[in-house]
Amino acid sequence: MKNHVLRPLWVAIGAVALVLIVRHLMVPADFGVHGKNFTYGFHRQGSIADWQDVGVKYKGKEICKECHEDKCTDNASAKHSRLECENCHGPAMNHPEDPAKLVIDRSRDLCLRCHASLPYPNNPRGRIPGIDPVTHNPGQECSACHNPHKPNLEAM
Amino acid sequence: MGTEEMVVHGAEWTVKQLFVYPNEFIYWSVQIVMYPYMTGLVAGAFVLSSLYHVFDQKDLKDMARFSLVFSLALLPTAMMPLMFHLQQPLRGFNVLFTPHFTSAIAAFGIVFSTYAMIVVSEIWFVYRQFFVEQINELRAKNDGLSRLKFYLYQLFSLGAHDLSDEAVNKDKRAVRLLAAIGIPVACFLHGYAGFIFGSVKANALWMSPLMPVIFIMSAVVSGIALCMLTYIAIMEWKKFSTVLARGRGDESVQLIRSVEMEVVKKASRYLIGFLVAAISLELLDLIFRGYTAMKSWDILRTVMYEEDFVKIFILQYLCGNLLPFVLLLLPRLTIRRTAFALALILFGVFMMRWNVVIGGQAFSLSFAGFMHYHIPVIPHSLETYKEGVLGALTVAGTPFVLFWLINKIVPSIRYN
Amino acid sequence: MSQTRRDLLKKVIIGSIGATVSLDLFRFLSPAQLQAAIGDQAVRWVFLVDTTKCVGCGLCVKACKKENEVPYDVPVTRTWVERYVVTKDGRSHIDTPNGGRDGFVDKKIQGEEIRDQDINKAFFVPKLCNQCENPACVQVCPVGATYQTKDGVTLVDRKWCIGCGYCIMACPYGVRFFHPIHKVAEKCTFCYHRISKGLKPACVQACPFGARQLGNLKNPDDPVAQIIKTQRVGVLKDEYGTKPQVFYIGLDTNVR
Repeated sequence: MKNHVLRPLWVAIGAVALVLIVRHLMVPADFGVHGKNFTYGFHRQGSIADWQDVGVKYKGKEICKECHEDKCTDNASAKHSRLECENCHGPAMNHPEDPAKLVIDRSRDLCLRCHASLPYPNNPRGRIPGIDPVTHNPGQECSACHNPHKPNLEAM
Repeated sequence: MGTEEMVVHGAEWTVKQLFVYPNEFIYWSVQIVMYPYMTGLVAGAFVLSSLYHVFDQKDLKDMARFSLVFSLALLPTAMMPLMFHLQQPLRGFNVLFTPHFTSAIAAFGIVFSTYAMIVVSEIWFVYRQFFVEQINELRAKNDGLSRLKFYLYQLFSLGAHDLSDEAVNKDKRAVRLLAAIGIPVACFLHGYAGFIFGSVKANALWMSPLMPVIFIMSAVVSGIALCMLTYIAIMEWKKFSTVLARGRGDESVQLIRSVEMEVVKKASRYLIGFLVAAISLELLDLIFRGYTAMKSWDILRTVMYEEDFVKIFILQYLCGNLLPFVLLLLPRLTIRRTAFALALILFGVFMMRWNVVIGGQAFSLSFAGFMHYHIPVIPHSLETYKEGVLGALTVAGTPFVLFWLINKIVPSIRYN
Repeated sequence: MSQTRRDLLKKVIIGSIGATVSLDLFRFLSPAQLQAAIGDQAVRWVFLVDTTKCVGCGLCVKACKKENEVPYDVPVTRTWVERYVVTKDGRSHIDTPNGGRDGFVDKKIQGEEIRDQDINKAFFVPKLCNQCENPACVQVCPVGATYQTKDGVTLVDRKWCIGCGYCIMACPYGVRFFHPIHKVAEKCTFCYHRISKGLKPACVQACPFGARQLGNLKNPDDPVAQIIKTQRVGVLKDEYGTKPQVFYIGLDTNVR
């Protein structure tokens, strides 16, 4: 009863203590400054492993050779050898377990990415043989005439 | 997983024009306009209350008590826009647990809590005598509501029942101290909101050292205006009910009217001062940008003088600043004219927040494109409710509901 | 002032300047300080984009989306390609349809027909997170959900991010966005899960023309590091002081 003035202060301190207790329970133990400094390195350490553990989807051309030797040999000598198989067929992931088959996309859109002719001077696009999608066999699949693995214009 | 759950936040209400980067949308929408508006009202209401408690402006006594309690009603409301906006609202408390102090938003946790504690403590000291008197009155009564109130007041009194002159004087001194400390904290509460925008170097419109000061000035303006307006509304209702009870010519009606006019005149003077400060800083910012004509000036000029011309120069500067300024300065000030000016000011401050938040996202980072904000009106999902007109209205209406509830426990308006 | 006092004052002033200068020298030469400045990391990831090689096929954007599980049909993306066509009247026509995800097939830009003969120059500019040395996005995160790793990559802790969007507003390059499913901040990670295993980022592997390359600035034999050191390269928006670590060959003044 003596000095009641400090009572709200005790309540405030109690509230802060409560927050600190909850904080102790909620914040992971590995949260802190890791790295350069507080500005750039304040985080939960375990997050790095979370990111490193993400599964790899695109495997690269080398593994395709094991089973698809004929297509790979065709491709290796062609202008399309600069392409990854997965560029057109999508990510291998755990193929052949999962998925059992990869996409075979025969749409014109796929080929037009590089082969739609664009009139740009001093641009490497100009060195790629291109067509006008509106006039060049509209509606027809490109693969009907061109072999996507070994697209040899002379052999047509 | 249906496309229902796959929402690109911002895509629904953003229309892009010309060249805009693919990931750019209006991410900070109406709730981010509401947040500084609400905290501004909080800061302003508190400063008004402190004008009486600290600077002994005796004419403001009635309004001071009211604006203190109203600022308590505004406090939880200030949290609402944030909870509505966060993509992970349940994790909102992370800002209290692991505050990254290099971020202005991290200050929110500490500043907000400190301010809340000051306001609640100050109200406790102001009302302690009332609590104890109520306890004594309710002790004898036996009905359910009275018993509930009895225990509630027992709790709120924190066991401090001494009503001697000495104790009451201690209360008064504590109020004075808290009101004094509270002023810089209230300024900080809103200044940091200005800093949140002013320190974003990536945004050509926001980046300015003037931003925190502009925000504080306009916050105080809005707080004073809201308290004055609500005070007027309540006094008018009081007058109306007195007229009904005792007839128009009665002496008490005249008394209410003249008291009301005195208080309003006094508060208007402070309002005008802060209004001038706020508009001067904004014009300074604009003139500076035009004069220095940095890389961003071309697109900013197009946004300010063409796209947003009406919103900035007509709605905010003309209707929200110049017009109320003139109305308040004209001789023979009436309550009606004051109320109209105050409403215009509140609208003007809202437009200022809108023009900063939405205006800053009206142009692309590429400086070669625009984004138009089409605020959702009729919601068809939780997101379009939260970040749309209805969400903003929910936030705007809550302080009044809370005030009505709080007023039942700590009455700040005398209805006698 | 007496002669002796003046002498003493002179000696003190010269002595203190001398001491601070030599102490400064020591500070620079101290191996501990130098090591601390460089850090004990053997890796600092950097990226090199050669705009003289990019044809705008967009296979990088497609690969990135699939590798990093960013929903394919939504308009947000960790990396994108911009097309610039500068016409004779000096105007720049710029677009990035779906971020270049399906390549550039249409000659029209922003719905406008451009005559072939009016084109002075045209090029494509791939963009991605610059993994800045002083990332503004990390500075503004209120909860420590985004951070910079010791090898220079900026990542987001999906379990801690509150989704306030401050980092998205703070990035001058517009590389960040909200993930539509996880509902937290998202951005390019240089395929951290791949580079930590010695693989290349998905976009680097996918590019048929070698326009994208990853390097390690700390390795003197690294070809990318050598190009950055010996050839003329540029960066995007260096005026913000973020020190971006994606370097461009052939960066044009028209590039936004």
